[in-house]
Amino acid sequence: MFDAAIIEAIVLTLELAAVTTVVLLLVGVPLAWWLARSKTRGKEVVAVLISLPIVLPPTVLGFYLLIAMGPNSPVTALTGRSLPFTFEGLVVGSTLYSLPFVVNPIRNAFEAMGQRQWEAAATLRAGPLDAFFNVAFPLALPGILTGAILGFAHTMGEFGVVLMIGGSIPGETKVLSIAIFDFVETLQWGKAHMLAAVMLAMSFAVILAMRMVERRFASMRP
Amino acid sequence: MIEAHFSGQQGSFRLDAAFTAPESGVTALFGPSGCGKTTVLRCVAGLIRFDKGKLIVNGETWQSDRKFVPTHRRALGYVFQEASLFPHLSVRKNLEFGLKRARRRSHTIAFDDVVDLLGVGQLFDRPTAHLSGGERQRVAIGRALLSQPQLLLMDEPLSALDRLSREEILPYLERLHEVLSIPVLYVSHDIAEIERLADTLVLMRSGGVRASGPIAELLSDPSLPLVRMPDPAAVMDGRVRDFDPKYGIARVEVPGGTLLVAGETGPTGAVRRLRISANDVSLSRETTKDTTILNALPARIVSAAPEGEMQMTVRLKLGADGKGAPLLSRISRLSWDRLGFQPGDTVVAQIKAVALAKA
Repeated sequence: MFDAAIIEAIVLTLELAAVTTVVLLLVGVPLAWWLARSKTRGKEVVAVLISLPIVLPPTVLGFYLLIAMGPNSPVTALTGRSLPFTFEGLVVGSTLYSLPFVVNPIRNAFEAMGQRQWEAAATLRAGPLDAFFNVAFPLALPGILTGAILGFAHTMGEFGVVLMIGGSIPGETKVLSIAIFDFVETLQWGKAHMLAAVMLAMSFAVILAMRMVERRFASMRP
Repeated sequence: MIEAHFSGQQGSFRLDAAFTAPESGVTALFGPSGCGKTTVLRCVAGLIRFDKGKLIVNGETWQSDRKFVPTHRRALGYVFQEASLFPHLSVRKNLEFGLKRARRRSHTIAFDDVVDLLGVGQLFDRPTAHLSGGERQRVAIGRALLSQPQLLLMDEPLSALDRLSREEILPYLERLHEVLSIPVLYVSHDIAEIERLADTLVLMRSGGVRASGPIAELLSDPSLPLVRMPDPAAVMDGRVRDFDPKYGIARVEVPGGTLLVAGETGPTGAVRRLRISANDVSLSRETTKDTTILNALPARIVSAAPEGEMQMTVRLKLGADGKGAPLLSRISRLSWDRLGFQPGDTVVAQIKAVALAKA
C-alpha cells in the first residue's frame, strides 16, 4: 500500500524525532534544572531566548540557522563540515525549534518540587548529584515525560525550519511534512492523503500518551 | 556537647544567637514566632549560612570562619514541620534512604529497633500519600533516626498535626527520649510540649538567646517571662517507687521529697516527668493536720516577685535544706504579707495536684 518513498519519509521522520528528543533531553533537563534552581537574575534572559521559537516564524529561525551554519560561519569552522541540507543540520535546527516545549514543562516540574524535598535529601546524606538522580529526577519525571513527548511530536510536525535548512533530499532531509507538501505540489493527492492520515494518527497517539502520563502520576504528587 | 554561635543579618532580621547544649537529652529552642528559633535550627543543619557562624558538635567542627561542612556531610537527622516524605518512594524506601547513605561504621541505630519503636512496620508498602498526618510524621522521625545521626534536629514536629495525631506521636517522642543517647534540638512555641519533653531550655527572643539552662531552673526563674504565663508550672523528673492499686496512687521520688501522684505512672523505677502548676501550690508555716491535700512537703523560699496588684509568684526549692527541685507557688499578696514570709524561710508547700506532664 505504501510505496518506498512514503516509507522512507516516515522512517526518516521518526528517526529525526527520536534523535532530536534524545538531544533535547540531554540539553533540556540540565537547562531546566538550572533555570529552576539558579538565583542568577540573568537566567530569565536565557529563558526568554529559549522560548523565542514559540512565537518566531519557523522560517525566520531557519533563515538565521542557515546563516549561522553557512560555509564561512564559526559553526562550520568548529565542526569542520557544512551542516545545512544534512540530517545533523536538521537535528540542530529541530532541537532549537522544540527546546521551549521541552524545557518549560521540565522547569515547571522542578519548581513544583520545591525546596523542601531537596533539603530533606541533603539532611539524609544525599549529595547534590545523588539528590538530583534519586529525588529531583524521579519527582520531575511526569514533567520530563511530557517534555519528551511534546518535543518528539513537535519535531515530527515541523515544516518551516526543515524547509529552510534541510531542503528535500530523500532519505536525508525529506521528512513527512515536506513529503506531503511535495505530493500536493505534484498533484499526487492519494499519497498526500495517506501521509496526512499517518500524521493524524500519530498526533492522536501523542496526545493520548500525554494524558496517560498525567493520569499515571497524578497520585504521586506531594 | 554542642556549641553554637550564629550571627548576621538577613533582610530586616538580625540574628545573634549563642548557646550550648549537653551531649544527651532534649534541648528545646523556645520563643515566640519570628524569634529565630527555626533559623537557628536551619543554621545548625547547614541549610542556611549566616555571615558569622561557629558550630562544634561532639568535638567536630561543622562550621567556623574558615570551614563550612555542607548539610549532606553533617551526621544529623532533621524532622521538618511537615513530614516531607519522598512521594515517589514507599514507606520502606523512605526509611532506608538515609540508612543506605550513612557510613557503615556509624551504624548503631538498627532498622528493626526504629521500626518497633515508632510502630511503622505495618505501613511499609503503603504509598506515602495514603498515610495519616501522625503516621507520616512517625515515618519521618524514623527516616531521620536511621540516617545514624549524632544530633537529631526537630522543627516543630507536632505543630502541623491535629490534636489527636499529636497525642499519638508524643508517647513515641518520650520513648525516643528514654532510649536514645544522641542529643536532640527541639524547636517549639508550645510550652506544654516543652514541659513534657525538654531537659534543657534555650529561651529565644528577637534573634537572640535570652537565657538557657536546665528546664526546671528556667521555668521557675522569676526574672524570666516564663513565670508570667497564665499557668506557670514547675516540672521535675521523678522515679516511681511503688503503686497502690487500691487507691490508684503512686509514690514518686523527686529531688527533695516524695510525692503522691494519682493515675497510671508506669512500673517501679520508671522515670516520669511531673508538672506542678503554681496555682495548685499553697504555703503554710506549719504542717496542717486533717487536710485532704495529699502532698505537704517542706520547702525553702528562694525568692518572690509580685504578679499584678494582688498576687505573688514565689519560687521555692523542695526539702527543708532547700536543695531539692524548684517549685513555683502563686499566692495572694495579702497572704504573703499576713504570714510575713521572707526568702530563706522554710515553709510547708501544700500541693493540691501533681500531674504527669501532658502536652
